[in-house]
Amino acid sequence: MEVDEVVGTKWTGRWKHLRKILERSSPFAHPDFEPSPDILEFMQESCRLLVIGAGGLGCELLKDLSLMGFRQIHVIDMDTIDLSNLNRQFLFRHSDIGKAKAEVAASFINKRVRGTKCIPHFCKIQDYDSSFYKQFHIIVCGLDSIVARRWMNGMLISLLEYDDDGNLDPSSIIPLVDGGTEGFKGNARVILPGMTACMDCTLDLYPPQVNFPMCTIAHTPRQPEHCIEYIKLFQWEKDKPFGDIPIDGDDPAHIKWICKAASSRADQYGIQGVNYRLTQGVIKRIIPAVASTNAVIAAVCANEVFKLATSCSIPLNNYIVFNDSNAVYTYTFEAERNATCVACSNKPRSLSFKPTTLLREVIDFFCQDSSLQMKSPCVTTNVEGSNRTLYMKNIPSLEAATRPNLAKSLQDLGIVDGQELIVADVTTPNSLLFKLKLSDDIT
Amino acid sequence: MIKLFSLKQQKKDEVAVGASSAGKSKPTAAQLRLTKDLNELQLPKTCKTEFPDPNNLLKFKLIISPDEGYYVGGVFTFSFTVGLSYPHEAPKVKCETKVYHPNIDLEGNVCLNILREDWKPVLTINSVIYGIQYLFLEPNPEDPLNKEAAEVLSTNRRQFAQNVVRSMRGGYSIADEVCRKMVQHLGTVLLFITGHY
Repeated sequence: MEVDEVVGTKWTGRWKHLRKILERSSPFAHPDFEPSPDILEFMQESCRLLVIGAGGLGCELLKDLSLMGFRQIHVIDMDTIDLSNLNRQFLFRHSDIGKAKAEVAASFINKRVRGTKCIPHFCKIQDYDSSFYKQFHIIVCGLDSIVARRWMNGMLISLLEYDDDGNLDPSSIIPLVDGGTEGFKGNARVILPGMTACMDCTLDLYPPQVNFPMCTIAHTPRQPEHCIEYIKLFQWEKDKPFGDIPIDGDDPAHIKWICKAASSRADQYGIQGVNYRLTQGVIKRIIPAVASTNAVIAAVCANEVFKLATSCSIPLNNYIVFNDSNAVYTYTFEAERNATCVACSNKPRSLSFKPTTLLREVIDFFCQDSSLQMKSPCVTTNVEGSNRTLYMKNIPSLEAATRPNLAKSLQDLGIVDGQELIVADVTTPNSLLFKLKLSDDIT
Repeated sequence: MIKLFSLKQQKKDEVAVGASSAGKSKPTAAQLRLTKDLNELQLPKTCKTEFPDPNNLLKFKLIISPDEGYYVGGVFTFSFTVGLSYPHEAPKVKCETKVYHPNIDLEGNVCLNILREDWKPVLTINSVIYGIQYLFLEPNPEDPLNKEAAEVLSTNRRQFAQNVVRSMRGGYSIADEVCRKMVQHLGTVLLFITGHY
């Protein structure tokens, strides 16, 4: 990697402009904003940021945030660098192909922007648990996957803490700034988990994946894409050209095989246009990326991070869409919380039991408690990352399998202090969460 | 409107490293939703579900025994796999029983609009089960995966009904072929015995 080293002269006045904003009051500032030189110091020395994704948006974000003065930046990405990234992911060079995006990006930034301590994580976001995510002040997402966004959203919601009266502890909030682009369109949003609309509140804003009807693919293909989908859905499993493994969109041998099979199917139906590029596009569901859109959206996100970290201005409330396919258009609106959002509408309620309390007694409590009055609750929980069905009355086979649990005590079921129970019942639109406090002293 | 970081509480680092979450994992949105879906399943008496691992609610089987229509008397098993992106994405459903059906191919792929192009997060496991049950009451020749079956259904309903019955006696694709050959063979034998050969 070649980095043009900064010329060794002193960069006087580097923070002059930021100081004007952070050390003077302003009509746009947050009501509690107190101008002070400490704010710049906080940005540089204490404020920990996490950038998720070191791709198109990620490179822009790392550049923007580090030049802005943030120094404690972690970046996480599970991907390696591909030739096709180089036109817009400007922290990478040809010689970096095949290396981890997070690592190359971090080392470029550290060399190029003096003082930055960017720490790379070459792994999936799911590889870390809450103890990792807790350390950050603000998290910025430049992701291309809804699943990953929802996972991150769920993680931040799970970090929220409530006092015994159910009031949210503001210090447990980690703001999430999320950017997304698709061709000439993009969006950015600020999520204050537990306070403003979360990813799942607005899940219906994401367009559904384009799926061709199965019968079209099977019998009446009209487009080259239909032929490729056919191979993906039917032929791959039948022929198992590389053994019993799923398709790997990054393996050229897989794409070549699919491309060849799809071409011969296309020939049968007189369809033209199947080629390697299209095949890879369909298999990996590639959406064309435009460098300028990434730059705009990353800039909006970096600006929001700056506002959140310093309170020097009111943050975006809370969603902006951008489109420059015909002229330039932006629209800002307030995405509203969904009162029945599965992810954020339900605060875990605290319940106290003795460790020797039987599961049956807990279920009786759900039915008899005057504020719950459930009819036939089913109860599940998570033990070391995997689901554990405690009791499920509605489904005969599960009822039989879980009935013995009713006579077991909470401690015998492996339930520990602080464990959360998921309880579903006809009386509520969503599953409810209960956080158990186990103690012998409870009467 | 809150001010997030009063400079007093800026020291996050020390708190963070110490407090580990001791193996307690938080439920995912998919899990919360699926638990709700399953608790609210209202199956018709022709359907039942089985969970090979009661602790893994994401994988289960649906067994349908239609009590009317072409498929009365048959027993059909479907496997359901619910992904972590549920309900943003539909559950994956495969038919594990070989069946002669216009909308189910011999590999077990199921052509049901709400499983693919018309899936919406408001739909539930219950709606999918009803959709599959409906396929057995009203097979749809307009939307075929098994083209031959669809052609027979739209041209000759009686023949279709017979094919269905025959397929259910022993599995369509292979048994039907064997059966046809045996009938031919038997015919030859009979002709031979009666002296017409």
